[in-house]
Amino acid sequence: MNAPAYNFAYLDEQTKRMIRRAILKAIAIPGYQVPFASREMPMPYGWGTGGVQVTAAILGPQDVLKVIDQGSDDTTNAISIRKFFGKTAGVATTTSTADATVIQTRHRIPEAPLHAGQVLVYQVPIPEPLRFLEPRETETRRMHALGEYGLMHVKLYEDIARFGHIATSYAYPVKVNARYVMDPSPTPKFDNPKMDKCPALQLFGAGREKRIYAIPPHTHVVSLDFEDHPFTRYRFDAPCALCGAGNSYLDEIVTDDKGGRMFVCSDTDYCEARQMAGHRGSESAAPHEESAHG
Amino acid sequence: MTTVAEVPAGFADKVLSAQSTFRSVMDAMARPGSVQRITVPVGTPDEMMSGTAAIALTLFDHDTPIWLDAAMSAAPVIAKWLKFHTSAPVVADSSIASFALAGDPRNLPPLDRFAFGSNEYPDRSATLILQAESLTQGPAFEMKGPGVDGTAVLQAMLQPRDLFLRLTINEALFPRGIDVVLVHDNSIVAIPRTTRLVASGA
Ligand SMILES: [Zn+2]
Repeated sequence: MNAPAYNFAYLDEQTKRMIRRAILKAIAIPGYQVPFASREMPMPYGWGTGGVQVTAAILGPQDVLKVIDQGSDDTTNAISIRKFFGKTAGVATTTSTADATVIQTRHRIPEAPLHAGQVLVYQVPIPEPLRFLEPRETETRRMHALGEYGLMHVKLYEDIARFGHIATSYAYPVKVNARYVMDPSPTPKFDNPKMDKCPALQLFGAGREKRIYAIPPHTHVVSLDFEDHPFTRYRFDAPCALCGAGNSYLDEIVTDDKGGRMFVCSDTDYCEARQMAGHRGSESAAPHEESAHG
Repeated sequence: MTTVAEVPAGFADKVLSAQSTFRSVMDAMARPGSVQRITVPVGTPDEMMSGTAAIALTLFDHDTPIWLDAAMSAAPVIAKWLKFHTSAPVVADSSIASFALAGDPRNLPPLDRFAFGSNEYPDRSATLILQAESLTQGPAFEMKGPGVDGTAVLQAMLQPRDLFLRLTINEALFPRGIDVVLVHDNSIVAIPRTTRLVASGA
């Protein structure tokens, strides 16, 4: 009865081989969505089963795994995925971006720069950037095949005409290696520039839609834009209330029922590391303030 | 007749050896021109390099038709070993092979004998695994492309000698194309279809 109840990293070897072959072709054809035979995982689709399968196919006992959800290591989703791989693959886990070898993410790219030894695995709900323009898979596939992205540009330009800016602030489309238009998953467009020439390998897994795609390290990734309306990052115009960071992506937190709110780093590991290093924001419980009021 | 005992062993630990080998291949594909090492022990027929064997055990199965060049076909133990450990069908028609193994790539057929994939499904293309005389010594090949920070330099003794010249078809074919993994003993180097030769010399 001592035999492990799971395969290593949950997936059977045949499934891993199939996913591994898909990953290699995805790397060889940057931004192209490779179909794969997605498996049922012991968690609902909304929990990032595509990312989980990619992570399961690459993970080994030497890895150190970090899982983030909306920038946080501590949501239910992040904790359960981390536990899942701790249990099925026996890997070490961490919340530190710098210490991780594999980072599975939903919605954010860490603020701390990634390095060459790392793999960033994105959980992707809708991998097809052209889907909202064209529901037919045969048509979107043809558009990618021909590099025919005129409609995409028209849609973005309509946004500018209507809203004065491009309304898409999440899943803002990028062009990879001057060829494929790719959906960066629902990351805020603030993170798009981090994909460009990133030293880490970036892998994307969509479970329900059965697609794997990739950006190799040091690859050109450009957010679609127009000469008269260049791409701009967006963040709330405030420093983080906890660590004072002026260049991180912020979440708005409601602090009371009287409309009180504050802005804090979405990347909890980044924010905590800055606070540990002595950085303070307007809402931090700085010791000298406590003594002044006490 | 060959008994199981006559077939060299393959991986001692199938699961972890395949994982470790895959990471080496993935790193190679993600960083074209870089030399990656396969560090796990593998039982292989004498006629096949250990890196080739490890890749086969990691990526081949009944869904991946395999084409063998004359050098690989000349040693029947290789086909037996592949069949025993991977169940992959060995095919004579190179155009339907997912992987092609060349033990003596001097006689590699023209690249258009292998699958390039289609523009709609460029992933349905062959990966060539070519054994090389050396991946550390020989002429220098300077290359660029996705996965390369600036340029990468590979020193290697490659066959066929005009390999990079032949691979220039990848430029016009893209997104279709041929991906190559070079093997020498337990060292591997990948040349995916996006890699471009910048310069070569002695
Ligand atoms: Zn902060």
